[in-house]
Amino acid sequence: MSLAENAPTAPVIDEEELSRARWAQINRIAKWFLPTVVLLGSILAWHLYVTINEVPHYILPGPVLVAQSVVEDWALLWPAMVTTTRLTFFALILAIAGGVILAVAFTQSKWVEMSFFPYAVILQVTPVIAIAPLLQIYMDSAFAAALACAWIVAFFPILSNTTIGLKSADHNLNDLFTIYGATRWQRLRYLAAPSALPFFLGGLKIAGGLALIGAVVAEFVIGRAGTGLGLASTLLEASYRFNFGRLYAALILISIMGVVIFAITSLISHLLLRSWHESALKRET
Amino acid sequence: MAYSPKPLGQRDPLLNMSHIEKTFASGEIVALKDMNLTLNDGDFLSLLGPSGCGKSTALRLISGLMQPTRGKIDWIGGQGKDDLGVVFQEPTLMPWATVTQNVFLPFKLKGTAYAAVKDDILEALKLVGLEKFQNSYPRELSGGMKMRVSIARAMVTRPKLILMDEPFAALDEITRFKLNNDLLELKAAYGCTVIFVTHSVFESVFLSDRIVVMAARPGRVIHELEVTAPYPRTEEFRTSAEYAAHCRSASDALQDAIGVAA
Repeated sequence: MSLAENAPTAPVIDEEELSRARWAQINRIAKWFLPTVVLLGSILAWHLYVTINEVPHYILPGPVLVAQSVVEDWALLWPAMVTTTRLTFFALILAIAGGVILAVAFTQSKWVEMSFFPYAVILQVTPVIAIAPLLQIYMDSAFAAALACAWIVAFFPILSNTTIGLKSADHNLNDLFTIYGATRWQRLRYLAAPSALPFFLGGLKIAGGLALIGAVVAEFVIGRAGTGLGLASTLLEASYRFNFGRLYAALILISIMGVVIFAITSLISHLLLRSWHESALKRET
Repeated sequence: MAYSPKPLGQRDPLLNMSHIEKTFASGEIVALKDMNLTLNDGDFLSLLGPSGCGKSTALRLISGLMQPTRGKIDWIGGQGKDDLGVVFQEPTLMPWATVTQNVFLPFKLKGTAYAAVKDDILEALKLVGLEKFQNSYPRELSGGMKMRVSIARAMVTRPKLILMDEPFAALDEITRFKLNNDLLELKAAYGCTVIFVTHSVFESVFLSDRIVVMAARPGRVIHELEVTAPYPRTEEFRTSAEYAAHCRSASDALQDAIGVAA
């Protein structure tokens, strides 16, 4: 008799692998299930707290009132959300354009970097809330002034990350490009740009959130003049009117926008990096 | 078809380094001092020596990445410098590009269209045994396979001279032996000249027909040996008395180099 005769023909799945598969399954479900439970639990606790203690709605509106506000004020909230979305989206697009163009200029010429980098930092560290009123004075359109605010906040992470990324190409690959007589443009296009991509996408995730924050800040400051901007202006106005149901409705919509922006930028990052970058790698344990 | 170089002593010179000196940090570190070397068409020349003997500096000077502080490098017949392939210690592949795209790189940078060199790329990948991995990304390959891609990239343009800077140092011995054999086959297939930097006596004897032994501080050439065993060399050569004898003399020369430095 030999061991080979008794060897099973089906692939052997040992106990360890089975338990790992079970855990993977449980984790997949828990990833969605647990946050949902927390969300529903919190809403319930909120509702009970407000009803049992009879908290007045101008202190803390209950979830039912907030939901009602979303529905009843939809005609008001929807255009406001469109405006805020437009503001955030254009600010982000301009931040990408400005950040990337400046980063390329910085890495192509030391002189440009030396001349302008300190001012990019100053622009970044000066609180945008302090600049916003000035922008409102100098720019005719409230939308353009708000856009400028959101842009100032969002562009720095793109600039900073892309600059580091463009400089982070492998030294040996750089030498190889030199040996093969690559032109400046070829080096930028085929080496520096792909090396910078993961860094840029990291900056994009941050900039997406910041563009929204910049838009909200701008609306708080500029929208106050009754220019009727987006969700944040609506939120502020609701607070003056003690309409806390609407205030919370606007707040929740802003949060949802933030989550959606994060989800979209994460998805873009995943799609662009999944085939080659370590960060998108699934390791076999 | 396999090219075979002329016998040692009858080859045409390709490159002449005369009285090369290279210093760093305003002359405080002497990486190379009075280095003289003639490289011939068809040589498989190993630069063997301890760390800090200037082997890699010599390669960087030849590749034009650095200029010598003193002395001259002459390319005889004007060929060479623009006709190079390089293999580094790391595979140095672009992680975002597939195997085929990585091997296409030297052509791409010269402005050649992919369609014109498609067959050359496929042939190079076949020769290194990776035709099945054309569309794989580097991260999907083992260390040895990545190094094969790197070698294919260096050879695919059929350059006159290939510079290799300790390419197999990070690989395990089994992979290394296999790649040694493959490298000799590739050299025969492409008919190129090779300068190979290593600190392994055994590797240098197995691969090369000329071994230049260097000493450190300051980096300089102290011995030159010829390994007269004919190509193709196989696994049998590795166990032959002839191989052992060459290893002994190379090892003595290396001991000498280490002794001089100490």
